[in-house]
Amino acid sequence: MQKKKSIWKEVLFYLFVCVFVGIIVLPFFWQFLTSVKPLSEISAIPAKWIPSSVHGQFYVNVFEKHPFAKYLLNSLIVATTTTVLSILIGASAAYALARLRFKGKKIMLMAILSISMFPTIATLSPIYLLLKQLKLLNKYAGLVIPYITFALPLAIWLLTNFFSQLPKGFEEAASIDGCSRARIFFQIMLPLIKPAIFSVGLIVFINAWNEYIYALTFMTDDMMRTVPVGIALFPSNYELPWGDMAAASVVVTVPLIILVLIFQRKIIAGLTTGGVKE
Amino acid sequence: MGKKKNSSIMKTEARDAWIMMAPAIIVLSVVAVYPIIRTVWLSLHEMVLTDPGSGYPFIGIKNYIAIFKDKRALESIAFTLKFTVTTVVFELLIGFTAALIMNKPFKGKGVVRAAILIPWAIPTSVSAMMWKFIYNDQYGLFNDILLRFGIIDKYKAWLSTADGSFMALVITDVWKTAPYMALLILAGLQMIPEELYEAAEIDGASVFQKFFYVTLPTVKTTVLVALLFRTLDAFRVFDLISVMTGGANGTESVSVYTYNHLMKFLDFGYGSAMAMMIFVVVFIISLIYMRVLGDQITDR
Repeated sequence: MQKKKSIWKEVLFYLFVCVFVGIIVLPFFWQFLTSVKPLSEISAIPAKWIPSSVHGQFYVNVFEKHPFAKYLLNSLIVATTTTVLSILIGASAAYALARLRFKGKKIMLMAILSISMFPTIATLSPIYLLLKQLKLLNKYAGLVIPYITFALPLAIWLLTNFFSQLPKGFEEAASIDGCSRARIFFQIMLPLIKPAIFSVGLIVFINAWNEYIYALTFMTDDMMRTVPVGIALFPSNYELPWGDMAAASVVVTVPLIILVLIFQRKIIAGLTTGGVKE
Repeated sequence: MGKKKNSSIMKTEARDAWIMMAPAIIVLSVVAVYPIIRTVWLSLHEMVLTDPGSGYPFIGIKNYIAIFKDKRALESIAFTLKFTVTTVVFELLIGFTAALIMNKPFKGKGVVRAAILIPWAIPTSVSAMMWKFIYNDQYGLFNDILLRFGIIDKYKAWLSTADGSFMALVITDVWKTAPYMALLILAGLQMIPEELYEAAEIDGASVFQKFFYVTLPTVKTTVLVALLFRTLDAFRVFDLISVMTGGANGTESVSVYTYNHLMKFLDFGYGSAMAMMIFVVVFIISLIYMRVLGDQITDR
């Protein structure tokens, strides 16, 4: 009797898990199917789930009718530069916030947290005027600079959490041995949180890669667009190229899926240390 | 003697700390603090870029007063609040339930975790586009599935009515973020030691008592932090609406409306005032949460 009940429980549990994962995955699956359908079957009524033959034409369109390879390159350059800069500038600040004693630490932490919550739109107009003045619109630097506003506080915040998790006493031992602060930081602390730097880097990268408002506003030249904006502007006044859009979203989603599958532990480690004191 | 030495160590420690933070402080002042102050300044001027002849005069708080007389602005605020509350409530309920159910070792946990991360990782504009096609009135998957299950009797144009658009936006947002919420709460749940539940069981606690007296207090901080970030994100919603409905059918969020003023009408004065208002609301929301959280997030 007891056994029977637990089997049912098990079945119900896996049913729930399947439905949960199914709902998450279904839109991607549908998008994939759409991207390989022949044009006539995309607009079939009622919807035709399984294509009668597999077509690659939409994928060719993505790269031939639109400068999609350039979009990918732009996104890659901007997101990578943003990530590297944020971590370079953020690591030492995070170390100080996590492990050194000084007055005003709480205020600094609050300030960084508040800046990370700035609504993008609130800084849009002055940054636009500034970039226009400096002739940085439609330049990579013109996107990296505003991206620092959210990437740097995020990097500092996450790295601070990782630094505070390291066991206490490292610094004392090292300073008794006569190590300077700089040496402690570069030769002891940084190597210790190397895996964390990677996790934080991934999260910052994904945030920069996905940003929309700044990219939409500051990159108006079609050749300078990033992926999220480029895809969103696929539809023209004359047509809604659903097939091209589906193929393009498959092209950007697949690398992300691979990234997530390989690094899920690292990403989760980064996300879940966020803000919660254990 | 010892005390003196100690205080000099403290002094060098504080000095080192400020030196190490200096680059970050300088950069953030330039890219974040300065622009915010400039936004305040712009918001106090009449400044339409297409009309430089006006000389951009200082007009005090007139732009702010204008917001309260602007029916469309007030409607966008009402819509944004409705959207924020609805999505956050659904995300919390679904995320919490899923986390509670999945809080045990099981086969395929890795796959589930990876699946959860994918909607979080893709750009919102891409998910908005994917779902827009799903809601399509003729070829959309949404109509197809509902019809097959007999929930509707004929295809509907979801994105051409106010209620349909609202529902479509909420579903898309919940789809993207409820799994992420589940992930964060699950991580919090896993920090609860098993002994706590065992002790509660020995004391004869019911399932509900265990939830309210053991589970809830321990994951409270995790949940509140997740809620804080979700509330702020939902209130700032832009990408999703801009791509899916463009703000049509009463789905104009404050950010979308503000964006139109800034970048379409080039009205930097009024647009900046709207932007400041969003900033202030975001600030108040974070203050409320931080009050509830107390020192837990900044204590080190």
